[in-house]
Amino acid sequence: MAKDSGIGAAVKRREDARFLKGRGRYTDDMNRPNQTYAYILRSWSAHATLNSVDTEAASAAPGVVRVFTGKDIEEAGLGGVPCGWEITDKHGEKMKEPPHPILAIGKVRHVGDPIAVVVAENYQQARDAAEMIDVDMTDLPAVVDMRTAETIGSAVHDEATDNLCYDWELGDGEAADKAFAEAAHITTLELINNRLVANPMEPRCAIGDYDEDADHYTLYTTSQNPHVIRLLMGAFVLSIPEHKLRVYAPDVGGGFGTKIFHYAEEAFVTWASAQLKRPVKWTSDRSEAFISDAHGRDHVTKAELAMDAEGKFLALRADTRANMGAYLSTFAPSIPTWLHGTLLAGQYLTPAVHVRVRAMFTNTVPVDAYRGAGRPEATYLLERIINKAAQEMGMDQAELRRKNFIRSFPYATPVALEYDTGDYDATLDAVMEMADYKGFEARKAESASRGKLRGIGLSCYIEACGIAPSSLVGSLGARAGLYEAATIRVNPTGSVTVMTGSHSHGQGHETTFAQVVSDALGIPADQIEIVHGDTDKIPFGMGTYGSRSLAVGGSAIVKAVDKVVAKGKKIAAHLLEAAESDIVFEDGHYKVAGTDKAKAFAEVSLAAYVPHNYPIEEIEPGLEETAFYDPKNFTYPAGSYLCEVEVDPETGKVEIVALSASDDFGNVVNPMIVEGQVHGGLAQGIGQAMLENATYDEHGQLVAGSYMDYAMPLAVDLPSFNVETAEGTPCTHNPLGVKGCGEAGAIGSPPAVVNAVVDALKDYGVDHIDMPVTPLRVWTTIQNASVKQAAE
Amino acid sequence: MYSFDYTKPTDLSAAVDSLGTEGAQAMGGGQTLIPVLKQRLSQPSILVDLSGIESLKGIRRMGDMLVIGAGTTHGAVAGSSDVSGAIAGLTELAGKIGDPQVRNRGTIGGSLANNDPAACYPSAALALGATIETNKREIAADDFFQGLYATALEEGEVITAVKFPIPVASTYQKFEQPASRFSLTSVFLAKMADGSVRVGVTGAGADGVFRHAGLEQALSANFAASAVDGVEVSAEGMSNDLHATPEFRANLVKVMTKRAVEALS
Amino acid sequence: MSTISITVNGKQKSGDAQGNTLLVDFLRSELKMTGTHVGCDTSQCGACVVHVNGESVKSCSVFASACDGATVTTIEGMANDDGSLGVIQAAFQEQHGLQCGFCTPGMVMSIAEMLKNNPQPTEAEIREGLKGNICRCTGYHNIVKAAQSAAAALAGAAQAAE
Repeated sequence: MAKDSGIGAAVKRREDARFLKGRGRYTDDMNRPNQTYAYILRSWSAHATLNSVDTEAASAAPGVVRVFTGKDIEEAGLGGVPCGWEITDKHGEKMKEPPHPILAIGKVRHVGDPIAVVVAENYQQARDAAEMIDVDMTDLPAVVDMRTAETIGSAVHDEATDNLCYDWELGDGEAADKAFAEAAHITTLELINNRLVANPMEPRCAIGDYDEDADHYTLYTTSQNPHVIRLLMGAFVLSIPEHKLRVYAPDVGGGFGTKIFHYAEEAFVTWASAQLKRPVKWTSDRSEAFISDAHGRDHVTKAELAMDAEGKFLALRADTRANMGAYLSTFAPSIPTWLHGTLLAGQYLTPAVHVRVRAMFTNTVPVDAYRGAGRPEATYLLERIINKAAQEMGMDQAELRRKNFIRSFPYATPVALEYDTGDYDATLDAVMEMADYKGFEARKAESASRGKLRGIGLSCYIEACGIAPSSLVGSLGARAGLYEAATIRVNPTGSVTVMTGSHSHGQGHETTFAQVVSDALGIPADQIEIVHGDTDKIPFGMGTYGSRSLAVGGSAIVKAVDKVVAKGKKIAAHLLEAAESDIVFEDGHYKVAGTDKAKAFAEVSLAAYVPHNYPIEEIEPGLEETAFYDPKNFTYPAGSYLCEVEVDPETGKVEIVALSASDDFGNVVNPMIVEGQVHGGLAQGIGQAMLENATYDEHGQLVAGSYMDYAMPLAVDLPSFNVETAEGTPCTHNPLGVKGCGEAGAIGSPPAVVNAVVDALKDYGVDHIDMPVTPLRVWTTIQNASVKQAAE
Repeated sequence: MYSFDYTKPTDLSAAVDSLGTEGAQAMGGGQTLIPVLKQRLSQPSILVDLSGIESLKGIRRMGDMLVIGAGTTHGAVAGSSDVSGAIAGLTELAGKIGDPQVRNRGTIGGSLANNDPAACYPSAALALGATIETNKREIAADDFFQGLYATALEEGEVITAVKFPIPVASTYQKFEQPASRFSLTSVFLAKMADGSVRVGVTGAGADGVFRHAGLEQALSANFAASAVDGVEVSAEGMSNDLHATPEFRANLVKVMTKRAVEALS
Repeated sequence: MSTISITVNGKQKSGDAQGNTLLVDFLRSELKMTGTHVGCDTSQCGACVVHVNGESVKSCSVFASACDGATVTTIEGMANDDGSLGVIQAAFQEQHGLQCGFCTPGMVMSIAEMLKNNPQPTEAEIREGLKGNICRCTGYHNIVKAAQSAAAALAGAAQAAE
């Protein structure tokens, strides 16, 4: 029977009621007394020298409090927006790390680069005044295409005249070359991983509020990780010590990675509020979000797969150019390297893998982590080239994968990871059953009778989640630790307040974390409160990204609970006049083993706060414990997805008729929430595969800069999904045995969709199509293939 | 948005008076205009909201004509049995504009006056040979649309109603632009009482909505999907953007026309 | 600047509006009702959907002045009188039809109108009816289920009332 509480139960979310009644409290819902409003004048040129910014007229406009430019930032001596990860390239040299000023100084480097900020009594006045700012710029040639960035002769930064941030490699190149020389079959594939805009539905917002009397700053912001913002902004940009700076991220309307990063606007409002002695609020509109939120993906790759005659993989080589955009965003350098190159073994026993990544500066919006971050790019590359290989060798796409599955764990890959556990046959078997793989030919024939082309595409992904062991990422260039912190405060009457560093912005932590604590302490979930998002309330935290909340944040909670129970045992031993070693904690009671003597959790809690009869010589009163959990390894969720499409050859329109997903997330705390995470990931992956494309023109203008041209997946574009979470192989190295589920859907689905479309078009001789598979692209591909076939 | 005054007159003469103000701008349902204002792409001195004028609303049958008041919303058209009983293609068209919220506010008059090259209604007006009635005169649809966002309307001239001849049969085949969900290339096809077939195409033309003479001739002679195959639809004059090349649009004109014929066969 | 009066969720409210004040800004800034959200500036995302005189509209694409004297229902008015979740809201919770909650008010308002006009919609009709609402979290799967579940609950309630 399904559980109705605790770990494994599909508990309904406690956070829902406030959202459903319109009582969510998002940053833009908040206003501070005497607040001012900031409007940011952003560059309309992709690359230009900033000759002068005349703010005189704007400063005199109605309601204007002050106008700030890069000159003010320079004079105040503020630091730039820092990068949190330093890559060392293949020659042992550090990556190029040019400064990223809060407001442009001397030059603008992308459309959207902030030039000036008008702070006024209201938004309308700020925006009106911004039009009076006279900006004199001299356009420079825009660097847009990564493939020509090295030779174009125009440098985004003086520090990198060839626009190369780093040239990095991983894996044994010689071994790979040797394997290629001996291969019976080599498949090559050039592909583009399209640039995306994360588009959480809540646009970013920040309010800076300086309290002069206390000399204390508060930043209200739309962030996935308020402590990281406090650390980066306080230490590197504004020189505000932690005890003078509170960062509070209340309800946040989706993040998907783009709200991890520290943004210039956060630093600006915080600093400006102290200059003006008034709160300063900035709210992005959607158009502004398109040119100021960090984008995702944007790789151009050449991949090669070497096989023996039976289809055993011998080696994989990948040569990727990754777009950094105009500045290095917080985690940007790590995405195409340590979160991409390391994933190129996938679920397969490929003995040699070599990957080269050149990160390029361009005059485009910075690119950083977006749902999956590097792992979708790796999975797309690998799962596409495997299907192309299967097509070339006349093998079944599932069969070729099975020939190469890893089946023995732990398994050390040739690209630096050690998979602890997994069962790839299980998820592949399950998805083939769910999708009725065997019945495909009959369905294809039925589609053909209606003039439609049907295709089926498989993708078997693995991801490295639960980011990550601090010592490991430190050796790889991370400038922060990646542990998580939790405090368990047991209140005198036995209710529990949990302070966690994992921010919740849709994931439902307030529900799932309570399930975990409820199970561990044997008390009802309604006795447990989950607190997150406020640096003044929570000891520390590294935040929510990389599917890490439960695996790392949840583990920290478990560790803190363990400490509470350990102390409780000492108290109980005293109360029960028994040896501490005889006390067991089960079902919410401290019991003397082998007797009926017991004290309830709440009784012991009360004793801790009313220590009349208490081992005061031995332990302190109170019952509150903090734990920091640093994972020993990544976790490795994996799964298999099958997508079935129908293509209308006359219009090029692709319809997803079915999408089945079987995932191994290890243990599952709340299956309802896990399925919801997969659904959302699938929609974003399908969005990338079919609809979304942040297209720039050759002048560096973002052509798809609003929902009028950037196609967001709507309900009509998607089917109902067929999602099952496999029994699973629990993670071996965290206390909950969980692996993380937030990114899987976005990682596994793009290649499944594209493989299905290519399968549908294979009779035309099509063996690849780039994302997104829009009607235009599919129709054009069919036309070109038909012309080619006719000529042959 | 820039600052402007706002007025919502309840009768047409007051609206026309207000529109005489320098920099005045008329607004139907505002579903296209308000987003434009939000982007600060337009700076009216006064916005004259026509949605309070009851006389501009309503649908009525007059002999072999269907008359739709300019202020009638897309939702009202889509839900009207008078419309579906007379011009099924218009029901389809109105029900495919935007989304339910846009259909609750957007009006036929606003759509025609704006003449967005990707709007749905202009194709129906052209294909059905509608007459655009204004506070000053009547304008034949063939004369009304004059290029992108350009119409025969003069300063202070307001559309009051649209008179559609009732065809024998009609249909609207929409192919959406993947992001905006406007028409990428859509075809309104009407079989008229005199036996002629008229084909209105929206979303495709670099100069906006148009009729396709070649398709009309071929289908008037032989109302069959196969008749479309023999017609040359040139990519010349088709617009080019992120979502479609001129060649793709030319293809879609044929495909959507064929589907329209099939839908009526 | 003029003063306008609107009946919001059954209560008479008035406040100041400029000619260019949008209904959503009037609700959020003037009336301090922040349940209605702004997610885009091109009238596409639907986070701002409310009902004006019984019809769903995007409150970012309607002027406040145009609603002077109108009856407006927002997400804050969708709960039962005792504060418990209304039928559609309850269906969203039951079916896990929301994650971050930002698009949710608009979704609920759109579905409320959809079910009023079409009490037993098919899945395709539900998806088509949500064309004006973007959700980035759920993939719509559970929103569709919530709409179906609400339709069933409303039908059950109607039957019971007969």
